[in-house]
Amino acid sequence: MKSGSHLSIWFFTGLCLGVVGALIFATGIYEIMNPPANKVVLYDLHANVWWGAILLVSGLFFGIHFSPANERKRMAGKS
Amino acid sequence: MNLALLLLSSNRLVHLSGVDIVIIIFYFALVLGIGFYLKEQANTGEDFFMAGREMTAWVAGLAFLSANLGSLELMGWAGNSYKYGILAAHWYWIGAIPSMLFLALVMMPFYYVCKTHSVPGYLKLRFGKGAQGISSISFAFMTVLMSGINMYAMAVVMKVVLGWNIHFSIIVSSLTVAAYVALGGLRSAIFNEVLQFFLIWAGALLIPILGLIEAGGWSGLQAKILQNLTELNVPNPGSYTHLWSTLGHFSANPMGINWAGIVFGLGAVIAMGYWTTDFLVVQRVLSAKDLRSAELAPIIGAAFKMMVPLIVILPGLLGLALLRDPQTGGLIRLVPANLAWSDAGQAQGLHGYDEVLPLMLARYCGPGLLGLGITALIAGFMSGMAGNVSAFTTVLVYDIYGTLINKEASDDTKVKLGRRWTVWGVLISIGTAYLAARAPSIMDYVQALFSFFIAPLFGTVLLGMLWKRATPAGGWSGLLAGTLSSIGMYTWVKLDSNAVRYVALSMDAQDQAQNMFRALWCCLICVIVTVVVSLLTQPKPDSELKDVVYGLTPIPKVEHVSMFHRPIFWGVVVAIVFVILQIIFW
Repeated sequence: MKSGSHLSIWFFTGLCLGVVGALIFATGIYEIMNPPANKVVLYDLHANVWWGAILLVSGLFFGIHFSPANERKRMAGKS
Repeated sequence: MNLALLLLSSNRLVHLSGVDIVIIIFYFALVLGIGFYLKEQANTGEDFFMAGREMTAWVAGLAFLSANLGSLELMGWAGNSYKYGILAAHWYWIGAIPSMLFLALVMMPFYYVCKTHSVPGYLKLRFGKGAQGISSISFAFMTVLMSGINMYAMAVVMKVVLGWNIHFSIIVSSLTVAAYVALGGLRSAIFNEVLQFFLIWAGALLIPILGLIEAGGWSGLQAKILQNLTELNVPNPGSYTHLWSTLGHFSANPMGINWAGIVFGLGAVIAMGYWTTDFLVVQRVLSAKDLRSAELAPIIGAAFKMMVPLIVILPGLLGLALLRDPQTGGLIRLVPANLAWSDAGQAQGLHGYDEVLPLMLARYCGPGLLGLGITALIAGFMSGMAGNVSAFTTVLVYDIYGTLINKEASDDTKVKLGRRWTVWGVLISIGTAYLAARAPSIMDYVQALFSFFIAPLFGTVLLGMLWKRATPAGGWSGLLAGTLSSIGMYTWVKLDSNAVRYVALSMDAQDQAQNMFRALWCCLICVIVTVVVSLLTQPKPDSELKDVVYGLTPIPKVEHVSMFHRPIFWGVVVAIVFVILQIIFW
């Protein structure tokens, strides 16, 4: 949802997924370098690395595609 | 539950790391920031209560689904799938998809064209103030009560899962909800519901992915469940992974229900009543920018609803297959919540059915992922509460204050009242949360009370929309008769347990099965009384029924739109996928 110069809900979604994804991805990389003493089941799959990366990429897509600058361009194109 | 014991208990399912705490704090900061950002866009009644009626189909559709996708729902149904097996998926498939499509393609044009602000508002246009009064007062009362009880349930879960103080959880979450809904109104609630939708999928989807890898796929999961339940001497162990084939007889499945209860009680009455007349969810669709978006929104919601069993039902089944004590290697058997959370249960380290989702989360998710999962649960709780409070405020301002107290209230007054009553709604919810803390069984009664009003309301609204001969006296008396008969059946079973054989047709019927049949009977009673009384009383002239009844409502035609943009096309696609899923898991 978006109207005029307002920020879109998709931009906030991208911001949220991007920040959370970056934190999870970074934690996953840190865990590979410093393996924890108590490991979760299927630790060897390093879910936090690839899941964090997926969230980060999704967040970047939403965040950039629906950024205020791109929204302004779209509005200018319509008018 | 012993509150003191919970407060002192050091037992917890998971321990959060620093990065988990950062993710949770970031989420709280983001939702508050969104609330402050949207304040400037909530100046009129249409802005505050209907989000300006400018939502796209996607936003309205995801909010429509998310309003129902609270954490209590997620954890409760994951627990139910552990308890009843894949039968719990009926509540996401036949118990949702047909009714969502019915709302989109049959009922939404009437709601949308008459420009009502609420479902009680529609009843006023169709049946007059009598039906509106009973519907709005009961809805406002039940909504704010449910909001508080959900809040208490969240606080208890946070205590059990994380060891958090109950008062801390209640106060922080309720103040956050009060702030962002009072600032931005329905638009703010919808923004956060969409955000919550993504968080829930991001936080929960890893469980079925990793769970199926560990179990060896669907066939491996089925084999492990069969082996574990046989080992535990559970009756009908094979029935836990079949959707329809065990519904021939009440005693052949763990729920004690037959196909008629599922199809007619759940699919035709309870689901239809909830998804088409509960204003909590319908309000989201009414915020759509045009009729085509309003019709597409429930269809988009239905498409995603069909996938929710992946993150709710599958974790419960994975719990049945995989949960073992790490020390002894023996099977962990989850128990009812009242037993698990009792003093004795806590001392023995028992876990309730509803804890299966956090248990699976803790099994696979390390630092970061755990914070995301817990944030998704918190977001679900807060979003559910925000949905209740925004719907409560709208009904209170438009259907009670604006109709019964001050008909001349200005738009500005309504917005001010909306902000004020949002805060009051949250404060009352906090009160009911502590009421629930003193009497835990109140939640069971309130859920029963909620069902008393929804099933007959569906009969009243449906007849009102499709049968122009239905009269105000018929609508009012049918709604009252349906509600009273539901209360009567519930009381009868409470006083005499043998009454189950008459109300639910079998002594094997469990609570859910009883709810299905009670809803079916009370809806039928509502319809019969409405029809009989309507035929004996004077109908409204056609001129007064314009825009609210089938045949007298000009539905705007969708023209110059390709097939792929037509609601009916996507409705058919969703219906076909729904049928295929029933066959796959038959």
